[in-house]
Amino acid sequence: MAALNAINEFVIRFANVNGSGSASANVMFAKIVYRMGVPVAPKNIFPSNIQGLPTWFEARVSAKGHLGRREGVDLMVAMNPQTFAEDLADVVPGGYLLYDSTFEQRISRTDVNVIGVPLTRLCLEAFEDPRQRQLFKNVAYVGALAAFLDIDFEAVKEVVSLQFRGKEKLVGPNIQALELGRDYALRHYDCPLGLRVEKCDAVGDKIMIDGNSAAALGCVFGGATVAAWYPITPSTSVAEAFERYCERMRVDEKTGEHKYAIIQAEDELAAIGMAIGANWNGARGFTATSGPGISLMTEFLGLAYFAEIPLVLFNVQRGGPSTGMPTRTQQSDITACAYASHGDTKQMLLFPSEPNECFNMSADAFDYADRLQTPIIVMSDLDLGMNDWVCDPFEWDQERRFDRGKVLDAEALDKIEKFGRYRDVDGDGICYRTYPGTHPEKGAFFTRGTSRDNYAVYTEDGDVHAENLRRLNRKFDTGAKILPGPEFGQESQRSTIGIIYFGTTATAMPEALEQLEDQDIIVDTMRIRAFPFAPEVAEFVRAHETVYIIEQNRDAQMRMLLMNECDLAPDKMKKILNYDGMPVTARFIAENIAAAVKPGARQGGVAAE
Amino acid sequence: MSYIRKPAFQHPNLPKNEIGLTRRDYEGAMSTLCAGCGHDSVSAAIIEACYALGVEPHRLAKLSGIGCSSKTPTYFLSKSHGFNSVHGRMPSIATGASMANTGLKYIGVSGDGDSASIGLGQFAHAIRRQVNMLYIIENNGTYGLTKGQFSATNDRASVGRKGQKNQFDPIDICSLAIQLGASFVARGFSGDKAQLVPLIESGMAHEGFALIDVVSPCVTFNNHLGSTKSFDFVREHNNAVMATDFVPAREQIHAEYDKGEAVDVQLHDDCTIRLRKLDDDYDPTDRASALKYLADHHDRGEVVTGLLHVDTGIENLRDKAQLVDQPLNELVERDLVPSQALLDEVNQRRRW
Repeated sequence: MAALNAINEFVIRFANVNGSGSASANVMFAKIVYRMGVPVAPKNIFPSNIQGLPTWFEARVSAKGHLGRREGVDLMVAMNPQTFAEDLADVVPGGYLLYDSTFEQRISRTDVNVIGVPLTRLCLEAFEDPRQRQLFKNVAYVGALAAFLDIDFEAVKEVVSLQFRGKEKLVGPNIQALELGRDYALRHYDCPLGLRVEKCDAVGDKIMIDGNSAAALGCVFGGATVAAWYPITPSTSVAEAFERYCERMRVDEKTGEHKYAIIQAEDELAAIGMAIGANWNGARGFTATSGPGISLMTEFLGLAYFAEIPLVLFNVQRGGPSTGMPTRTQQSDITACAYASHGDTKQMLLFPSEPNECFNMSADAFDYADRLQTPIIVMSDLDLGMNDWVCDPFEWDQERRFDRGKVLDAEALDKIEKFGRYRDVDGDGICYRTYPGTHPEKGAFFTRGTSRDNYAVYTEDGDVHAENLRRLNRKFDTGAKILPGPEFGQESQRSTIGIIYFGTTATAMPEALEQLEDQDIIVDTMRIRAFPFAPEVAEFVRAHETVYIIEQNRDAQMRMLLMNECDLAPDKMKKILNYDGMPVTARFIAENIAAAVKPGARQGGVAAE
Repeated sequence: MSYIRKPAFQHPNLPKNEIGLTRRDYEGAMSTLCAGCGHDSVSAAIIEACYALGVEPHRLAKLSGIGCSSKTPTYFLSKSHGFNSVHGRMPSIATGASMANTGLKYIGVSGDGDSASIGLGQFAHAIRRQVNMLYIIENNGTYGLTKGQFSATNDRASVGRKGQKNQFDPIDICSLAIQLGASFVARGFSGDKAQLVPLIESGMAHEGFALIDVVSPCVTFNNHLGSTKSFDFVREHNNAVMATDFVPAREQIHAEYDKGEAVDVQLHDDCTIRLRKLDDDYDPTDRASALKYLADHHDRGEVVTGLLHVDTGIENLRDKAQLVDQPLNELVERDLVPSQALLDEVNQRRRW
């Protein structure tokens, strides 16, 4: 039978029962690979449940940096009897299946290399404590994998001692469990397998971090002092990470007092209300949620839009609609966020694609929010927020100053005869605001969601209201100049075909483009990073005969925005849609585009369908 | 309702308070509420209280939800920033704002629709968190701005203007607040300013969440015979259990009372609330007995007013948050941005 051979290029998937302690062993494996200098993209595919249901941990190992999802599994570690048949079916022909041979399993395929290691029996023999017997089964298979994949055991031991830094008592037993698995593998099998991990240089000084932690760190560097939130998968860890960073970085050394306030609200409406209250009162505040929370927050988003109050909101998108797939990923809140709230509202969005961008966009979001006096919604997703990604280390210019926007202090108020909160003095649509408590005589005004004049006085004058709405549009146009423009994949145009994508689709693009090139299909690419769209976005569409918009939602929501905001004709904008809750694969993108474009079509060639 | 504003001119002999402001400096825009509306009396009481306390208007923020009562912050303290937010959600705005700047005073004005229906959840949690604010509910048993529907505080026996019956029992805001652990709970009546003003002063001086449920009749939709929130009904059934005098720190307490007749409650900044029992059975410091009293007397159709419960020993949100002294909204880069060394540490930890 054929056996897959690959060095530093394979997909390994661990099938476990959730709540069984497998997560730490699986992460240990990913860390080992990473520390050998090989880029790895670990993904948790977990159920909306606490204990007892199937969970998978899939790691794509790729020295080439192809870290998007790839279908098919090269090495399956099948530890869950409930999903054994399904897991076996997912292994590619010639691939490997490692399972706990303490228990018999029916294995009907003949094109898969089956490797049995009696993990349960080994642990029963070696350990007394029931908890250790349970947990160390998983650690033992990591040891076995070290032997099977030719991983230097010293590297493994290093990771263990780092992982249990501060809990040295645990190191010994873990190493013992690892050795159990390794020794069995070496004794009973011809190690290593065709798949191997070899030390290489592809990681450099890059770090491994999840998008939510990165975003939270960005909040700290961005000067956020008030966070209000309500728990929801997958955004909970934004607030939790912010709390951990604040405990380390925002506590007064002498007094132990806090330079931050974090409130776990009673629901999402209260969470966004608290963040808005804080921003109204001159502090940088944020909240984080997912789709269902966005629905609840919509009323307040309209208030913040119309009353022009800064706000940073993280939407870590998950499978929708409704309660949807709480533990799966999508990009399906685009229109709900862009047009959040009733009436003529438009919200500003940012689209990070990896954790380093989560960090920077998060910090920048506070500057944008203050400058534009409006909500800034950072559109992350579950894949980015909750998985660890290889990314560039974080950098910060210590000379950088917060942009608090147009705020009048007491001194400035003294020079003004009459302050008007909604007077557009310089034509960019952005007016001057004041914080409560600034001046005994001047600057106070009433913030409200109703129509009002330039002095914030209630009015029902239709002309005044209409002009106010127009000014908000002018402000929105100013946003297009301030928010990040798109990122192009080429110096200059080289094709009549363009691809538009955003967010975590970016991770699948390099591989997709390679696959297209293999079929002689050359395309231009553009990654959208913000809404409102910079002018270059519409220009890109107009400059190409056909444009493929890749989205992880059913209704092509980004395409809707492009059509609506840029008056672009729908017929040239083709949809490539993935919405099964899993990250889009390079193959999906390349196959769909290749099928639409006749093979051999290139610049100036036969038009696509 | 009038449309002619008071002249801006102030008489030179108008008395001034301790910070040199007259009562007129605490006024706001002209009210657009119905002539005779109870809420206008409450606004006047707020003005009176702030003037008497010597509050600096710009160091106070006024917040409200949506409704007739929520319109009132425009009608007092025009030199204070105000925020008329969305229906039932003022407590969350207050919570966030109060964390951003612990140096200001916060007054939230709400109504029975705003707080006892749509806002019931946020109301309860603001109490649970002991947000540092004075929360005034202008309670008329009706949705005035949408023309007279029953609210959740409307009594079962209280019929509508056209004789409609109310099918549901009311929520008693004060009992609910006491049960939830609010540290200052009072009920007032817009028609009794002598009682209301000291309650507002005391509520503002109290450190923590202070609630005043003010029965404030709606002259247009719920002031008719058959309403239990009309001026006539409240006057006839008012059972004031505690008289409250507010004694600022700088003043001497003049009157002496026999032991058992009055209890002095010391507030954190050396102000005193002097409580005189008007009903021997009432104990404002004992939550359980206060709740029982309220239940019993409400059953008899009484409107129990006064400072119903006070407890100055409860940890408020500012205490719980353990914030630095300087308001969060005044902190700058050197206070908030971590050092390069800390960033390097984060990066290094993430290299596993």
